[in-house]
Amino acid sequence: MALLTSRKTQPRYDVIVVGSGAAGGQTAYTLAMEGAKVLMLEAGRNYDPTTETPMFQTNGEAPLRGAGTPDKAFGFHDATIDGGWSVPGEPYTNASTDPKRQFAWWRARMLGGRTNHWGRIALRNGPYDFKPYTRDGLGFDWPISYEDVAPYYDKVEMLIGVYGSNEGRENTPNSPEGILQPGPKLRAGELYAQHHGKKIGVPIIPIHRAVLSQRLDGARLAAKLHPNNPTAQRVLTAAMSERAACFWATNCGRGCSIRANYQSTTVHLPPALASGNLDILTDAMGYRVLVDDHGKATGVSYIDRKTREEKTVSARVVVLAASSAESVRMLLNSKSVRYPNGLANSSGLVGKYIMDTVGASLSGQVPALENLPLHNEDGAGGGHAYVPWWLYQEQHAGKLGFARGYHIEFESGRRMPGTGTGAGMEWLTGGNYGARFKEDARRYFGSFIGFAGRGEMIPNENSFCELDPVVKDKWGIPVLRFNWKWSDHETRQAKHMQETAAALIEAMGGKVRSRPKADGRDAISPGGFIIHEVGGTIMGTNATNSVTNQWGQTWDVKNLFVTDGGPFVSNADKNPTLTIMALAWRASDFMLEEMRKGNL
Amino acid sequence: MLTAAASTTILGRLGHAADTPPNSTASAAPVGTASTATAASSITATGYGTDPDMIKSYQPGDVWPLTLTADQRITAAALCAVIIPADATSPSAAELGVHDFIDEWISAPYPEQARDRPIIIDGLAWIEGTSQQRFNRHFAALTAAEKNTICDDICSKEKASPTHVPAAQFFARFRDLTAGGFYTTPQGMKDIGYVGNMPLITFDGPPPEVLKQLGLA
Repeated sequence: MALLTSRKTQPRYDVIVVGSGAAGGQTAYTLAMEGAKVLMLEAGRNYDPTTETPMFQTNGEAPLRGAGTPDKAFGFHDATIDGGWSVPGEPYTNASTDPKRQFAWWRARMLGGRTNHWGRIALRNGPYDFKPYTRDGLGFDWPISYEDVAPYYDKVEMLIGVYGSNEGRENTPNSPEGILQPGPKLRAGELYAQHHGKKIGVPIIPIHRAVLSQRLDGARLAAKLHPNNPTAQRVLTAAMSERAACFWATNCGRGCSIRANYQSTTVHLPPALASGNLDILTDAMGYRVLVDDHGKATGVSYIDRKTREEKTVSARVVVLAASSAESVRMLLNSKSVRYPNGLANSSGLVGKYIMDTVGASLSGQVPALENLPLHNEDGAGGGHAYVPWWLYQEQHAGKLGFARGYHIEFESGRRMPGTGTGAGMEWLTGGNYGARFKEDARRYFGSFIGFAGRGEMIPNENSFCELDPVVKDKWGIPVLRFNWKWSDHETRQAKHMQETAAALIEAMGGKVRSRPKADGRDAISPGGFIIHEVGGTIMGTNATNSVTNQWGQTWDVKNLFVTDGGPFVSNADKNPTLTIMALAWRASDFMLEEMRKGNL
Repeated sequence: MLTAAASTTILGRLGHAADTPPNSTASAAPVGTASTATAASSITATGYGTDPDMIKSYQPGDVWPLTLTADQRITAAALCAVIIPADATSPSAAELGVHDFIDEWISAPYPEQARDRPIIIDGLAWIEGTSQQRFNRHFAALTAAEKNTICDDICSKEKASPTHVPAAQFFARFRDLTAGGFYTTPQGMKDIGYVGNMPLITFDGPPPEVLKQLGLA
C-alpha cells in the first residue's frame, strides 16, 4: 500500500479519511499504525518537502524579492501550493457586502494541506477552555474536559516533538516531565520585552512550538506511544530517526526538508505509509459521503482532478478531516431525498457556529535595540517567546468588558531582509536619501518589534456557512457561502490587544508606529484572517444540540466521523492545531475500539 | 506591505493580516487609471501561478518581460544610485541592478504592482522633465549637487511643498522599492547587518555584549 500513482484503489477499506493535514494526518496515522486499512483522499497534488522546500533560498532569489502576490499571498517561498485566499476555479462567497462582515478562507491544495506552512505554535487548551459556558455563561461547554484530552496532548507532543517549558500558569497546562523538548534561548528583543513587560505586569514566557530542538529518542517514544505493538514501534522508531534537529536557520513557513518541524508530510504520513496500511490518493477532491438505505455511510465520491470524473470508494467508516469548512461543505453536498438538508444535519447545526481567532496587531520601534552588536538571530524559524493570557481573574470579575482571553505573538530582531527592509522609515527619519539613508537603514534594522494579539472568539448565531444556492466550482460542486459577524466581546478584545502592544512598546522605551484604534472594530482583522477556522460540526451531549458526540462521531450516521476543527464548540486563544491532533487521535482510538467490537 | 521591517515580518509570519486582501477582490483590483493607463495596460503577461518552482533562483525578466524603456531605465538607475550610493561598505543600488528589480516590480501582472506602475512611470517622467526644465540635461547626466537639488524638494512627504506632493509620494515609493531591492541582495544583506541563514549546531541566544548593551547582563 502506498501513494497511489496508478489510481487503483482497493475494493474496500476499513476507513476513508478525507484530508491529509493535521486532522487527516493524525487520524490516518493512528488508524494505520494500529492495523486498520486506510485510504486517504487529498484534493491537491502530491508534495515532497524533502525535495521541494526552499531552505536557504534568499528573498533576492525569488520573483519580486519574495513579496506576496495573489498567487502566493504569504510570499514566494511560503509552503502553500495551489492555495491561499483564493484557489483558482474554486471560489467561495460571502452573504454580506459589508466589509466588516467578510470571511476569508485560506486553503491549500497539496499533500499535508496547511500543516506545511503552519506557524508551528502548539499550545494546549486549559481546563477553563473546555468549560467556557460554566465559567462565564457564554457559548457552550464541551462534552469533555481537559482531563479527557490531556493524555492525547501528551501523545501528540511526544509524536510530533514540541519545544517549550512548563511555567505553571493559570489555565496554561504543564506537560508531564520528559515530554517537551528544551526551548531555544530567547532572542535579544524577546528578553528585552520580557524584562520591561514586568513593569506593566505583562508576562512573557517561552512559547511552545512543534520544532525539534534535539533529535527524538525514537525507541523510547515509540514504546510509549504504541505499547504492545512491536510493528508500530519499529516503524515509528525508523521514521523518527529520519528527523533531524533544527539547525536554527530558515523560516518554518517554508516547510522543512530536514523534518525538524512538524508537518503532516514529514511526521504523520511517512510512518503511516511505512506501516503498509495506508493508501493515499492525491488530486482527489472529496465531494459527497455515500449512504445506503439503512442510513449507513458506505464510502465517498470524489472528483478525480486529472480526468474530471466523479468516482467512488468504499469503506466501513468514513472520516471527514478536510478542514472544518470543507467538511461542512461535503456534508451539505451529501443531501438526498432522505437527507434534504444534508447529511448528519438532523439538528440543523451543520455549518453553524463557525469561529476564527481574533487578531489585532501593532508595531513600533525601540531605540534600545538599535545598533546592537551583530549576531545571528534566526533561531527556530518562528517565535521563542510569547505573552500568555494573564488577566483571567480580572476578566472573571467582569473588569475588562470582554469575556475571553488572548495571547500575544511577537517577533523582533534582524531577520532575513525582504521588500519591507529599509522601507517605510520616513516616520523615523523624516525622509532622506543617500549616505544618510544607508546609515539610517543600518541603525534601524532589527530595532522594530511587532505584537500580534490572538484571542478567543465566542460562537454566535450570525457566523455560519451554508451552500451558495447558485455558485459552483470548476468541478461542478456547490460552494460555501459565509456569514460572519464579530460581537462586542471580540472587537473590545482587539482594542485591548492593541493597547497592550502599545504599552509594551512604550515600556521598552519605544515609539508605536500608529496609535491603537479608538474603536476595536477598526482594529480587528477580518474573519478567517488568522486561519484558525473551527466549528460548523460542533460536538455535544445529544443529537439536538450538536452534530457529533465527543468522539467526532455524527449522531445521525454512526460510521461517519469528523476529526478536523469542525467539532470545536469554542476556540480558545491557544492555536487550534495541537488540539485538533489530540482530538483526532482520541477519536481514532474510539473508532479502532468500536471496529474491534463490531459496532462499526 | 512596505511598512516597517518588523511589522512586515509579523504580518507575513504571524499576523496574516496580509498584504493581499482576501477573496476574489484581490485579483480584481483595477489596473492603473492615471495618465499612464496605456503603459499600465501594456502588462499582458501572466504571473508565476500558484505552483511555481520554489527551488529555482530567479532574475528580473525570468517570469514576465521587463517593460521600462531604455530612457526610463537610465533615469531609474540614476535615481537608485542617488538614494543608495556606493560607500565603503557596499556598492550603489544601481551597481547591483536594483533598477532591474524595480522594472520587474512595475511590470508584474499583479494588483499591488499595477497600482505602483503609474506612480513610478509618472514619477520618472517628472524627474526627467524637471531635470530638463532646470538644467536642460538628462537627470542621469547631472552632477551630484544638481541631482540633490531635485531630490531635496521631494524626499520628505511632510516637508514637500503642495505642488511637490505627488512627486514626493513617488519618491517615497521609489525609495522603498530601492531599499527592498538593495537589501535583499547578498551585498545589501551584509551591509545592513544580517548574518543569519547559516546552519548552526546550537542556538546560543544573544552574546554577552548584546545583553550588556541592553542592560540585561
